[in-house]
Amino acid sequence: MGLSSKTSEKIAFSLLTLATLTVASFVLVILVYIILNGYGAISIEFLTEMPRRMMTQGGIYPAIVGTMYLIIGSMVAALPIGVIAAIYLNEYAGENRTTWLVEMAINNLAGTPSVVFGLFGLALFVKYFGFGPSILSASLTLALLILPVIIRSTKEALLTVPNEYRESSLALGVSKWQTIRYVVLPAAIPGIVTGSILSIGRVAGETAPILFTGAAYFLPRLPDSIYSQFMALPYHLFVLATAGTNIAKTRPIQYGTALVLLLIVLGLNLIAVLIRRHYRNKLKI
Amino acid sequence: MFNRNYKEKMIESVLFSVSALTVVILFLICLFLFRNSLFLFNDFSLLDFLTGRFWYPTSVNRQFGLLPLFFGSLIVTVGAILFSVPLGIASAIYISEIAHPKVADFLKPFIEILAGIPSVVFGFFGLVVLVPFVQKTFNLPTGQTALTGSIMLGIMALPTIITISEDAISSVPSTIKQGSLALGATRWQTIYKVIIPAALSGISAAVMLGVGRAIGETMTLMMITGNTAIIPSFPGGFLESVRTMTATIALEMGEVPQGSDHFYALFAVGSVLFIITFLINLIADSIKKKYRFKVD
Repeated sequence: MGLSSKTSEKIAFSLLTLATLTVASFVLVILVYIILNGYGAISIEFLTEMPRRMMTQGGIYPAIVGTMYLIIGSMVAALPIGVIAAIYLNEYAGENRTTWLVEMAINNLAGTPSVVFGLFGLALFVKYFGFGPSILSASLTLALLILPVIIRSTKEALLTVPNEYRESSLALGVSKWQTIRYVVLPAAIPGIVTGSILSIGRVAGETAPILFTGAAYFLPRLPDSIYSQFMALPYHLFVLATAGTNIAKTRPIQYGTALVLLLIVLGLNLIAVLIRRHYRNKLKI
Repeated sequence: MFNRNYKEKMIESVLFSVSALTVVILFLICLFLFRNSLFLFNDFSLLDFLTGRFWYPTSVNRQFGLLPLFFGSLIVTVGAILFSVPLGIASAIYISEIAHPKVADFLKPFIEILAGIPSVVFGFFGLVVLVPFVQKTFNLPTGQTALTGSIMLGIMALPTIITISEDAISSVPSTIKQGSLALGATRWQTIYKVIIPAALSGISAAVMLGVGRAIGETMTLMMITGNTAIIPSFPGGFLESVRTMTATIALEMGEVPQGSDHFYALFAVGSVLFIITFLINLIADSIKKKYRFKVD
C-alpha cells in the first residue's frame, strides 16, 4: 500500500506511546485530584477525634481504629494458613490431581468477586456460626479474600530460593522439614513480608465484604470486643459520599477520608515494592 | 531413624491438611451460596428467575427477574472492555518492546498504582468528577449512567490487562524476535506479525481476567451507575442508568429481613455471579497454560 514500512512504524509507535501516556495520565489525575482536595481536611484533630454533629464535623478516629482491627484480625487468620499452604505446594506437592485441585481452588478464590465473599461471610460467620455482625465475622471474611494473595506471593518467594540452599542443607544430613524451617523459609521472608503488606493494603481498602458482616454507619464509641460492630475507613467514605442528607456538607471530610485511605494503601504498596527491589538480587548465587 | 521419618511424615500431613483447607473453603462457598439460593425456588420458579424481565423485589406482586441485572452487568462490562483492552494491550506493547528499560522500570510500578487504589476511592472519584462531566457532555438529566461505570471500570481493569499481557509479550523467546529482525523486518512488523501472534493466548488470558475483574466489581458501580433495574437497550443504554448484579446485592442485602424470599433471591444472584466468574477463571487458566513457551 501507500505507506512505506518506516512510516507505518512511526505512526504505530506514536499511537502506542500515546496510549501509554493516556494510561499514565489516568493515574496522575486521580492521585493529584484526591491529594489536592483532601490535604486541606487532614489535621491531627481529623485523625484523632470522634465524628461530631451527624458526622458533618470532627474526625475519623473510630474508622481508623476499626480498619486497624480488621487488618490485625484478618492477618492473624490468613497469614499462617497462607504460608503453610504455600510451603506445602512448593516444597512437597507432586504433580497430581490433588495438587491441581488445590491450585484450582486458589485461582478461583482469587477471582471470586468481593461481594460474593460478603454473602458467604454473612451466611457462614454471621448466621451459621452465630458470630453476628462483628469484627470477628468481618476479619474472617477478609481473611478468605487475601488468602490467595498470601499463598501466591509466598510461593513465588519460595521459588526464588535457589535449590543449592536446599541441596547443601540436605547433604549435611539435615531433615527436609528442618531444611525448610531453618534454611528455605528465612531466605523467603522478604517475599512473604511483601505479600503480607499487599494483603494489608487490600484489607484496608475493601468495602463490599464488610457491608453485611459488621461495618456500622456510625458508632459513638470504639469497639470493646471482637464481637462488636465497627466503623471502617472505606465504608465511612462510601456512607458519607452516597447516603444521608448532608452529602454536600461533609464533602471536605469525604476528600480527607479518601486521601487517608489512599495514603495508607499506596504507602503500604510502596513499602512492598521497595522491599522487593532491595532483596531481588540478594539470593543469587 | 524411624522416629525422624515418622516426624517428617507427620509434618507433611499437617501441611497438606492446611493447604487442603483452600479446597474446603471453595466447597463451603458453593454450599452456602447454592443452599440459600434453593430456598427461593421453593416459592419462585427457577425459570422465572433466570428469564424474568423485571426485578421488583418489594412490590406486592414481587418479581425476581435476573435479566435486568444480568444485562446491567453485561453492558457495563462490555463498555469497560471496549475501552480498556485496546488501551491496555497498546501500553503493554509499548512497555515491553518500545520503551527504554529505565522508562519501563518506572512505568510498570506507576501503572500498578491503579491496582492498589481501593474501589470505593474510584467510586468517589467517579462520583465527584466523572458523573458531572458525563452529565454536561451529553446533556443528560443525570450523569450516573452505564457509560460512566464503563469508563471507571475500564480504568480499574487496566493494570490487570497490562501486567498479564506484558508478561506474555516478554515471555516470547528473543530468538524468534531476532530471527524476524535478521530477515529485514522492521521492529513494528516484528511486533505485530511475530510477537503479538506468539503472545496471543497470554493476551487473551489477560483479557479474560480483566472481564472477571470488571464483572465482579461492586462499590464503584454502585456509586456511579444510578442503579435503575431496567433492561438497557444497546447501544443507547450506555447513556441510561443501569443496575448490576453486584450492586443489587450490596444495595439490598442491608435492608431485607433475613430468611425472606428477597434475602434468598440475593443469594441466587450471588450464585449466578459466582458461577460466571468461576467459568471465566477456568477459561483464563486453561488459556494461560497453553502459552508457556517450551524453549530447548
